[in-house]
Amino acid sequence: MLREGEVRIPSGCAISGIMNKKGEVFSGHDIIQSIALMHDRSNGLGGGFAAYGIYPDFPDHYAFHLFYESAEAKEKTETYLNMLFHIAESGKIPTRRVPSVKNAPLAWRYFAKPKPDALFEDESEDELVVRAVMYINAHFSGSFVVSSGKNMGAFKGVGYPEEMGEYFRLEEYKGYIWTAHGRFPTNTPGWWGGAHPFTLLDWSIVHNGEISSYGANRRFLEMFGYKLTMQTDTEAITYAFDLLLRKQNIPLDIAIATLAAPFWRDIERMSLEKQTLYKAVRTVYGNLLLNGPFSIILGSNKGIVALNDRLKLRSLVAATKADVLYIASEESAIREICPEPEKIWAPRGGEPVIGLFEEGGIQK
Amino acid sequence: MTISMSTPDFLIERDRDRCIKCQVCVRQCANEAHFWDEEEQKVKANDALCVNCHRCVTYCPTHALTIRKYPLEFRENANWTASTIKAIYRQAETGGILLTGMGNDRPYPIFWDHLLLNASQVTNPSIDPLREPMELKTFLGRKPDQLKVEDGHLVEKIPPQLELEVPIMFSAMSYGSISLNAIKSLAAAAERVGIMYNTGEGGLHKDLYKYGKNTIVQVASGRFGVHPEYLQAGAAIEIKIGQGAKPGIGGHLPGEKVGLEVSQTRMIPEGTDAISPAPHHDIYSIEDLSQLIYSLKEATQYQKPVSVKIAAVHNIAAIASGIARAGADIIAIDGFRGGTGAAPLRTRDNVGIPIELALAAVDSRLREEGIRNQVSLVVGGSIRNSADVVKAIALGADAVYIATAALVAIGCHLCQKCNTGKCNWGIATQNPQLVKRLNPEIGAERAANLIMAWEHEIKELLGGMGINAVESLRGNRLMLRGVGLSDRELNILGVLPAGE
Amino acid sequence: MKRVYAREEICGGCKLCEVHCAVAHSQYPHDIIKAFLKQETKPIARILVEEGRPISFALQCRHCEDAPCTKACITGAMQKDPVTGIVTNDETRCVGCWTCILVCPFGAIKRDESEHKVASKCDLCATVGGTPVCVQNCPNDALVFTDELWRR
Ligand code: SF4
Ligand code: SF4
Ligand code: SF4
Ligand code: SF4
Repeated sequence: MLREGEVRIPSGCAISGIMNKKGEVFSGHDIIQSIALMHDRSNGLGGGFAAYGIYPDFPDHYAFHLFYESAEAKEKTETYLNMLFHIAESGKIPTRRVPSVKNAPLAWRYFAKPKPDALFEDESEDELVVRAVMYINAHFSGSFVVSSGKNMGAFKGVGYPEEMGEYFRLEEYKGYIWTAHGRFPTNTPGWWGGAHPFTLLDWSIVHNGEISSYGANRRFLEMFGYKLTMQTDTEAITYAFDLLLRKQNIPLDIAIATLAAPFWRDIERMSLEKQTLYKAVRTVYGNLLLNGPFSIILGSNKGIVALNDRLKLRSLVAATKADVLYIASEESAIREICPEPEKIWAPRGGEPVIGLFEEGGIQK
Repeated sequence: MTISMSTPDFLIERDRDRCIKCQVCVRQCANEAHFWDEEEQKVKANDALCVNCHRCVTYCPTHALTIRKYPLEFRENANWTASTIKAIYRQAETGGILLTGMGNDRPYPIFWDHLLLNASQVTNPSIDPLREPMELKTFLGRKPDQLKVEDGHLVEKIPPQLELEVPIMFSAMSYGSISLNAIKSLAAAAERVGIMYNTGEGGLHKDLYKYGKNTIVQVASGRFGVHPEYLQAGAAIEIKIGQGAKPGIGGHLPGEKVGLEVSQTRMIPEGTDAISPAPHHDIYSIEDLSQLIYSLKEATQYQKPVSVKIAAVHNIAAIASGIARAGADIIAIDGFRGGTGAAPLRTRDNVGIPIELALAAVDSRLREEGIRNQVSLVVGGSIRNSADVVKAIALGADAVYIATAALVAIGCHLCQKCNTGKCNWGIATQNPQLVKRLNPEIGAERAANLIMAWEHEIKELLGGMGINAVESLRGNRLMLRGVGLSDRELNILGVLPAGE
Repeated sequence: MKRVYAREEICGGCKLCEVHCAVAHSQYPHDIIKAFLKQETKPIARILVEEGRPISFALQCRHCEDAPCTKACITGAMQKDPVTGIVTNDETRCVGCWTCILVCPFGAIKRDESEHKVASKCDLCATVGGTPVCVQNCPNDALVFTDELWRR
């Protein structure tokens, strides 16, 4: 059977996200409970989490999470990593035995800083990390970079999400943003790397849906040097955000208007200046428009953004209570951990829910 | 004179029980295949003159007429077919090049018919175009790699773009090769449905200036009718290098078609032959092309996108890449099935490559080089229906050019006799008696109807795929699967076989 | 009043208007083949396509305001309907003297000698009602039926 990257596997899913806007950290317990409630939206073939603020001891190091399928893969990859980075600390990611979790790869993490002489001319540290991630995933068989951002990490694998939470002992971590994903693939890849969230640097995406524009999005991104080795929507969405927000410095609202573009009939009603802007967005970035049903939560060290496709073909609910923002595929998954939110609403298609850290919060 | 060995191609059958001797057929056939026998008081026919254009059949008020293939058989021979033998007889009689009109009619594979489209089931809902917006708006022109936005403002304007409501345009057909009424039909239709038509190399007749914002003005090797107002008149300028029906060959409009108005529009003396050289004699290399592109941009203050039209030939990917780098904003590629007003038969039938493969190769190549954004790709050369349009866009085209389909919409019956100037449908002719047969108001309505019908069908197909904006289809080859294609062909097309 | 106007610039001279006019005024107004092949005399069209190639246009009675034919008619067969404005010839009263033909400034009246001699002219298909058949059947919309003076 072909695994992710060798074949395109669409999948349905459940997503959930929690953020403390003041940057106060809380344990992984809530997010596990929330995603576990949506057990029926997954089928045990993939679950995962992204957590931000979990490595306060290494806030300025790139935290690499890697999966290894063999000792040989680990050795080769480490030689490569050592060539490009100073590794401050590394070690096995703590796990506990969960009876239903089988065939787990070796999960290892590294806190790394790029060696100055490893940088190409004009290359930023971020770009070096991206280069290294792409290289490892493409060239070292048996190795897979799960996440590579600062002060964040992704934990995922084959199983129900709550099983993954237990396996990776997430209740022992404390973070200010948690996102989670339960997967219902229409195929059985059974590969840990193929589970979600998908990450790059400190971007993480959890996503529910199947984008019909994948082929167009992919070929556009490839022109900008992205190698879409996983063939998943999530990967494409992550790279789209990376291209717009990091590489091209596009403001967040414009990036959102790219992926869930306003309809022409709405653009026609805008002021002339806005019309020019949005027309330009759709002219230049038309190929990045995400078509078909989706709901996503984008995580980063700056905050989170939740977004629906412009026709709202997938469910998505948001709620707030005090400093906490909740987002989930189902309202019940929010009420499970926050029975009485102050505000709860279903965002309209194409209308983002943006959670940024407040003044004084963590804003890197 | 020795006997001609040419035998008729068609047989005219008249049902005498139906014929009312109205002689409508006699008056309609410009080839004079029907005639009135005064003595016998009967309408008769000379089969040898019939080109099977269906004009008389359509006009006969009693449906008394049928045109058949002439039943004369040659001895069966898979190699020496009737058409091969007849061509030799013709050449033996005339000693000349065989001329023809319209596009390649040989049975080469049609790749469109080996590509199948996807549709949504379960995991992804299809979208009902009657209930949800379905967006086909398309922009042609150079796209920057990124936008510069500050405080909600666009800091740098993007280069000029052609805005199309539907990703279809009427491709170049010159005044001279087709009639003014045919052009008026297309121009008015383009205006009505928000697309472009193309002047071809025949200049712009004074009556057509009012359609400027829907006009692409062409600059070809003959430079007919090119002057400052002409360049300013259109929404874009197209440099014509080649044409799918006759790559590597120039054009020749015989003097008898150069009447007063054609001569004024083309700015050549009345009655003289209008000869477009095979190459532009100021373009012998890609640098020269670049110069012309920038000369035209300069002449129009960088306000209009410049397109370069080429025929699909073997090395098309590299040529297209060169054109993109030479500064073109749009590359129009014309496949080997593209039509023409007149072309040498052997060139039409044997030179060039299928547009499907050319398009796939060019789109892939430009993406590999990271310059696909710099140009828009427009393809033509026998786009026959809306499914072809959808497949072309999925392969990577921004828009398509149609010409034959547009002419068929306004009456062309593909008799392939455009070169004779006797088009019974008032299209490929300058004979005033024939030109007036085409009412431009009816023509405009029919051509506009065709585009609207295709627009509906494209929306339907997109909705089925779960896509509601055409930009999500563009280059989305995952929406295509091949059937009956070799691995190599699948590879070039960049599509998976059906079932995978 | 509504009249039929010809658009010379797009009349192809096919004469289908004549054919259909003749049928509509024949013994078999709904069967074109019988009208021509079964009727003993050839049906006559009341519209006439004038030709001098490439010029061609269809002409028929203009139903003049001050119709000279009605004045000239010796029996009073030719009448202008005060309500509709249509000029018609009452064939039972017409004696075939051709005075009307003489005075018609357009040459729009023909002789019909198939039965008893009568003047034959366009009646705007008043008997049929609706749009005249020539207009209905012109393949190129070169005939228009309108009460505004047709302007190009
Ligand atoms: S048009 Fe038809 S009915 Fe009239 S003469 Fe010709 S064949 Fe006969
Ligand atoms: S050439 Fe056309 S009009 Fe003439 S007889 Fe043949 S089909 Fe009829
Ligand atoms: S344009 Fe006229 S001559 Fe040419 S193929 Fe069509 S009908 Fe025949
Ligand atoms: S039917 Fe129309 S086009 Fe034909 S002769 Fe009569 S007016 Fe002219």
